[in-house]
Amino acid sequence: MFEAIAFYVFSALTIVMFYVTVTTNNALYALSALAAGMIFISGFFFLLDADFLGVIQLIVYSGAVMAMYAFGMMFFDSTKVVKEKTHSARNVFILTALSAIIIVAILTAPVIADNAQALFQPFADKGNVENLGYVLFTKYLIPFELAAVMLLVAMIAGIVLASKKMDIPLEKDAQ
Amino acid sequence: MSDTTFFVIETIVKSLIIVAVFSALAGFGTYFERKVMAFMQRRYGPMLVGPQGVLQVLADGIKLFTKEDIVPANSVPLIFKIAPVITASTAFIAMAAVPFFPSFEIMGHTVSPIVADINIGILFVLGAMAVGLYGPLLGGMASNNKWSILGAARTVVQFLSFEVITGLSLLAPIMMIGSLSLIDINNYQTEGGVAGWLIWTQPVAFFLFMIAAFAETNRTPFDLLEHEAEVVAGFATEYSGMRWGMFFIGEYANLFTVAFLVSLVFLGGFNDLGFIPGALAILLKVAFFFFVFLWVRSTWPHIRPDQLMWLCWKVLMPIAIINLLITGIVILA
Repeated sequence: MFEAIAFYVFSALTIVMFYVTVTTNNALYALSALAAGMIFISGFFFLLDADFLGVIQLIVYSGAVMAMYAFGMMFFDSTKVVKEKTHSARNVFILTALSAIIIVAILTAPVIADNAQALFQPFADKGNVENLGYVLFTKYLIPFELAAVMLLVAMIAGIVLASKKMDIPLEKDAQ
Repeated sequence: MSDTTFFVIETIVKSLIIVAVFSALAGFGTYFERKVMAFMQRRYGPMLVGPQGVLQVLADGIKLFTKEDIVPANSVPLIFKIAPVITASTAFIAMAAVPFFPSFEIMGHTVSPIVADINIGILFVLGAMAVGLYGPLLGGMASNNKWSILGAARTVVQFLSFEVITGLSLLAPIMMIGSLSLIDINNYQTEGGVAGWLIWTQPVAFFLFMIAAFAETNRTPFDLLEHEAEVVAGFATEYSGMRWGMFFIGEYANLFTVAFLVSLVFLGGFNDLGFIPGALAILLKVAFFFFVFLWVRSTWPHIRPDQLMWLCWKVLMPIAIINLLITGIVILA
């Protein structure tokens, strides 16, 4: 009973929040609603007993959306209403409706066809943190390491782009 | 009484106790802060209201509640009003996963003083505290004030940087324990009394976490968000009355959460300490850390934002990673 109540509350809140994100004209409302929606999604992970992923969702997305706020702060006056330029309302409607339908189809097709199977059976006696560790470091070790290498590359590229003269102290650089 | 009813009542009672106790403690925290700082600076502090100024809290409370609630022109009113609620509520939500005392029995049911015993407790606490950053950030951005937006920008920079240090420093003890549950972390230190505390095996992690805690809870010397000499009051410039008060309830509640975290992870938690029962032992530890926060505030100056970033990325992060590496090597060897 508790789970059903929690599920419907979180679903309603998530949908309302993302609706506000796409429809509002104010950058601050949009970003706040996006952050709230991301946080409410972590509720579903908790309901599915995936505590670890729930908390990761919380930490990662609160940090990521916060970085978007920082961009918002630099590029807009966040207290003003943003005027959107749409050339053709009909095209926008058709494209959004199409992509929505495609996403729903992609995600529901395996469920309806009933051929979504776990490639790695979780250990029943272990918690979900341990299970995730086993999966990442046995079956999916190479994709995991590749992702780590790509993140490292992105990080180094970011550092190089931001500051090419890292070996020179700030005072000398300013001269 | 069935188990479900008991569970519902138990959870509601626990939540109410947490909110009531920590709101009150936040109020008294301001009194202790002023008294301790006054003692260190050879003043008296608040003396006029009640004996030794104890009732100053009440006077401040009446002032905060009756002040006019001002929402500045050209601000974003809804976000401006929500921001302090975010700070206060996330500070209390974080406490849901903190085990405050050892469990005890009441009416044949075992009651453990933790609202939600989830097996990733410590991550949840850090995550909920991270969401709390939206309070100062949104408050600063919605205020339509240049000082506020500077405060908000500093929020992003400071908190995102120091979350790295908190995470990396806590990872080393977590690797030794092999669990993210705060109860497991506490039980790991049951053996051997004071000698079994994790602070002796992980001293570097302890100091890193303490330094990061000052930045995460926005305390001097790292309170750049509302540094009076530079940005007036930072994100809180436009706030008045109870909304301003809610920011401070959240800040003090976070202070207590961090004090509980440090006591649980590094100082043996609520295990019995010689003749002192566990519940009293953890209260003493938390009181000591609260005192440390005030002590540091009255002895250290503010630092500049660039010095803070230098400290975070060029000093603390390499130390944290080296500590992590050495811990890993020792565990595997």
